[in-house]
Amino acid sequence: MDYLDFEKPIQDLEEQLQKTKDLEGETEVDMSKTIREIEKKIASTRKEIQQNLTPWQRVQLSRHPQRPYTLAYIEAITEGNFLELHGDRGVKDDKAMVGGWGMVDGQPIMFIGQQKGINTKMRQYRNFGMPNPEGYRKALRLMKMAEKFNRPIVTFIDTPGAFPGLEAEERGQGEAIAKNLYEMAMLKVPVICIIIGEGASGGALGIGIGDKVLMLENSWYSVISPENCSTILWRTWDYKEQAAAALKLTAEDMYKNKLIDGIIKEPLGGAHNNREEIFDRVKAEILKHIGTLQKIESDKLIEKRITKFSKMGYVKE
Amino acid sequence: MGWFKRNKEGITTSTKDKKETPEGLWHKCPKCKVIVSVEDHEKNLWVCGNCEHHDRINAKEYFSILFDDGKFTELNPKMTSGDPLKFEDTKKYTERYAATVKRTGLNEALTSGYGKINDRDIVIACMNFNFIGGSMGSVVGEKIARAIDHCIKYDKPFLMISKSGGARMMEAAFSLMQMAKTSAKLALLGKKGLPYISMLTDPTTGGVTASFAMLGDINIAEPGALIGFAGPRVVKETIGKDLPEGFQTSEFVLEHGFLDFIVKRKNLKDKISQFLDMTMPVTETKTAVAK
Ligand SMILES: [Zn+2]
Repeated sequence: MDYLDFEKPIQDLEEQLQKTKDLEGETEVDMSKTIREIEKKIASTRKEIQQNLTPWQRVQLSRHPQRPYTLAYIEAITEGNFLELHGDRGVKDDKAMVGGWGMVDGQPIMFIGQQKGINTKMRQYRNFGMPNPEGYRKALRLMKMAEKFNRPIVTFIDTPGAFPGLEAEERGQGEAIAKNLYEMAMLKVPVICIIIGEGASGGALGIGIGDKVLMLENSWYSVISPENCSTILWRTWDYKEQAAAALKLTAEDMYKNKLIDGIIKEPLGGAHNNREEIFDRVKAEILKHIGTLQKIESDKLIEKRITKFSKMGYVKE
Repeated sequence: MGWFKRNKEGITTSTKDKKETPEGLWHKCPKCKVIVSVEDHEKNLWVCGNCEHHDRINAKEYFSILFDDGKFTELNPKMTSGDPLKFEDTKKYTERYAATVKRTGLNEALTSGYGKINDRDIVIACMNFNFIGGSMGSVVGEKIARAIDHCIKYDKPFLMISKSGGARMMEAAFSLMQMAKTSAKLALLGKKGLPYISMLTDPTTGGVTASFAMLGDINIAEPGALIGFAGPRVVKETIGKDLPEGFQTSEFVLEHGFLDFIVKRKNLKDKISQFLDMTMPVTETKTAVAK
């Protein structure tokens, strides 16, 4: 398990716990009381850290190397009944954007999401979860297929941004994202978007126009990463903590500002700390919202979706 | 040219020049450096007569070029930002904002209005690059949304002139959601069968490119404009080498299939009218003229 800098007290306690357990094994002396005490202490320390997380620490959690990514959610939620589909039918298959049909408790759903790599080799393969235009076009193709067969769509958002490469520019990164915003606004089927990790800017929004937009407790969503914001406004990376706070990018702030529709609570210590628990919660949220949204007629659904996004903003007249 | 050398800090429009040059103000082309009087420059629609460099201009100038007799009714002229996040970096957003309003005499990075273009109704929204880099915050998004609402209500075509560095960071996610809002409104405009012309001018990047600027029935641009999603500096850092010549220019974007045509400023009004003739219902006056 990897520990973040602010999780040092937990790491120390975990090490202490392991030592005690080892000692018990070696000496055959009953240490169960000590072990229970340390475990209690770990839980209370975790809770304390959790309650005092700064926005920057949440950003760190959202990028935790052991955090579950899109395919892990899909595999778990569909219990493996997932038919992955590939390609944008124009240029290629973007490995940073995955998608396909999944069955959840007898309910067919189109799943789409950015995919990060689980190790060094895969991170490269997945382009660090940064899609090219083909990724957004593949996503749109799958959404249109879902619409054709009248099935709901679930998107998992987890990206440090759309890829800012030379070919991405040549093939119209801006146009690809713009087209998705336009088309998603008019989709006739329910769309649920869940930010599971990083929701960076247009690259996130490109699959983020939904009837319900939900954020995991330790995810972030904004127009720019705290590091890049710091670089531009303070002209150095050193102010990333301040930038994270100023951007109001946490789930709580986003919900308060009415820019998302709900928050999914994470297990103590973050989603990676208890995968089964977060998979169950996400699945329950998906089924709950699909149940409600499927009762709404498509014209009404579209109208409500557009009205919701039209209200976002804050102006004085 | 002696006067020019005396003014190292700038030769375009400072009042100092005015005093020293009784003939009037002078403009030096940033590209070919040829100098003309500001009066002639304006007469040439702020385009260099020598190299055809299209100078950056804002809503005021575009409106004077496009609307018949320069006449229009402004929409939501008083709308300003509410600083929803109480944003503060090295300076408070409210202070930056107030200073910009004072310096530019504008209320926001976008001006919108309705009027006539060659006798036909049109709604035009145009970004002001001199207002915090033409960045898109809540006001820019809301003004575009309202301009589109006006089009839908009165069956008018919409022309959007983009000129922006992208999102306004000080409005963070509020800024991001303007991409969603404007695109959704354009979907409604499209559903009603009304034409949308997106005109991209120098520079158009970031969230603006990734939303309304790329969604026109036709996307058009002025020559030599910088158009892209990621800025050239970021792309250069990503690929770790120099960018090819002409990368992200209007001509490059046209060649890659994301623009319908490039139009010189002097032809802009007629080109737009030509497109509207093809796409809007034939009006009574037009029919009468045809007979
Ligand atoms: Zn010139």
